[in-house]
Amino acid sequence: MTQDTATPETAASADSVTTETVQADAPKRELTDRVTEAVTVAAEHADVVDRDGRFPIEAMSAIAELGLLSLLVPSSEGGEGATISEVASVCRRLGRACSSTGLIYAMHQNQLAGLVRHGDNERFAAHRRRISTEQLLVASSTTEIGIGGDVRRSTCAVEPDTEGNFHLEKNAPVISYAEYADIIMVTARRSVDAAPNDQVLVLVDRSATSLEQTRAWDTLGFRGTCSPGWILNADGSIEDIMPQPFERISAHTMLPCAHIFWASVWLGMAEESVRKARVYVQKAARKSPGKTPPGALRLAELGIHLQAFQSYVTDAAAAIDANPPGSDELDSIPFTIRMNGLKVYASEQVVEIINRAMLITGIEGYREDSELSMGRLMRDARGAALMVNNDRILNHTASLELINRRGTK
Amino acid sequence: MNEDTIRQVLIEHARLGTDAASVGAQADLYAAGMTSHASVNVMLGLEDAFDIEFPDEMLRRGTFESISSIQAAVGSLAEQE
Repeated sequence: MTQDTATPETAASADSVTTETVQADAPKRELTDRVTEAVTVAAEHADVVDRDGRFPIEAMSAIAELGLLSLLVPSSEGGEGATISEVASVCRRLGRACSSTGLIYAMHQNQLAGLVRHGDNERFAAHRRRISTEQLLVASSTTEIGIGGDVRRSTCAVEPDTEGNFHLEKNAPVISYAEYADIIMVTARRSVDAAPNDQVLVLVDRSATSLEQTRAWDTLGFRGTCSPGWILNADGSIEDIMPQPFERISAHTMLPCAHIFWASVWLGMAEESVRKARVYVQKAARKSPGKTPPGALRLAELGIHLQAFQSYVTDAAAAIDANPPGSDELDSIPFTIRMNGLKVYASEQVVEIINRAMLITGIEGYREDSELSMGRLMRDARGAALMVNNDRILNHTASLELINRRGTK
Repeated sequence: MNEDTIRQVLIEHARLGTDAASVGAQADLYAAGMTSHASVNVMLGLEDAFDIEFPDEMLRRGTFESISSIQAAVGSLAEQE
């Protein structure tokens, strides 16, 4: 991998405001229009992606062609300097069309957030430029066999040789879209002597990685995320180990952003179910003007739940945008509790809202071949509470509550 | 005397990979194996042992990073009482 020479302008630090540089290319189309195009492609193939449990290649290709993979990268490095809130909004819109596409996009963006906010050296700036220019897809391997969903512990370790390279072997219960990614970010112990929680985050090229499948991905929902189990063997340069400890990257960025981006996708799914419920009720209303159809009262209730869900998600995204990496607030107990709570709440609400929406639409939602079908949304929604089990998250929050002191004076 | 008490709390709660009785006063306790879960128990143990209450602004990672930083934090609270 070639290392680019330093650009004349100051290399953007991960959390500084970047100024627009003069672009040699024509200005990109409005972001909202580009997202609309990606969403249309995603919607078109959502059912077959789900039915066949295959990667949403059409949507992901469109997303790449529309330059949507590098939104978070600073403009000076070929991206668009988008905020977490702006990217969360894209996740939400994709979630309305295809849950799997939305989640893949959300997981990729979480890796990008880590690279942008914590890859504060020239090596990682070069990676960001490459990701932007070539619209590379980035996957993640955090969980490990024997450790389960506790991403803050690893068994595997970086094994350096004497020539500045390393080998890494990891037995992962799931790695989403690993086969389709260009880059995989892997957590591991800093060295073979390091404590389980003394972790680093390493960038490995898919081309330098061998994947041996251990478990298939044939699930109730999120079927297009293609998350089989893999034994991963990778070689890389020690310069591709992220300069900050994973503990910090996780607390300041990857845990809150994962929850914000996932919750945004689930919010989109919930919104789509409410849209269908609304279509159903409004059709019934047209048939008998002056009479409130039976589902209207339920729709009124549903709107309240949806509004609360929307507010929690957008509020959390605004909170992380207001606190750049290094802010004290990111280390605080109340902030961590809030970001934990977001995931638990969103994963429960997406199921609850879709359930209620199906009750409103009745058999039209229950059918698989209707404009108002809810089946795929309902199956996908069930996965939300399991991707990192909510009980694990709540237990973490419970221990933090023992020393939560804010707002008590 | 404070340092001995601090070490005792670490022995009971920090779950370090090394012996808490002999770990250096400046040594990074997180790097030595103290997880954030264990650090919560350490914080509670310190509050109990010294009869103090850490205010919100002191409940930061940096406060509990080393024996020396813990000692400074405990010392500043004891002065205020």
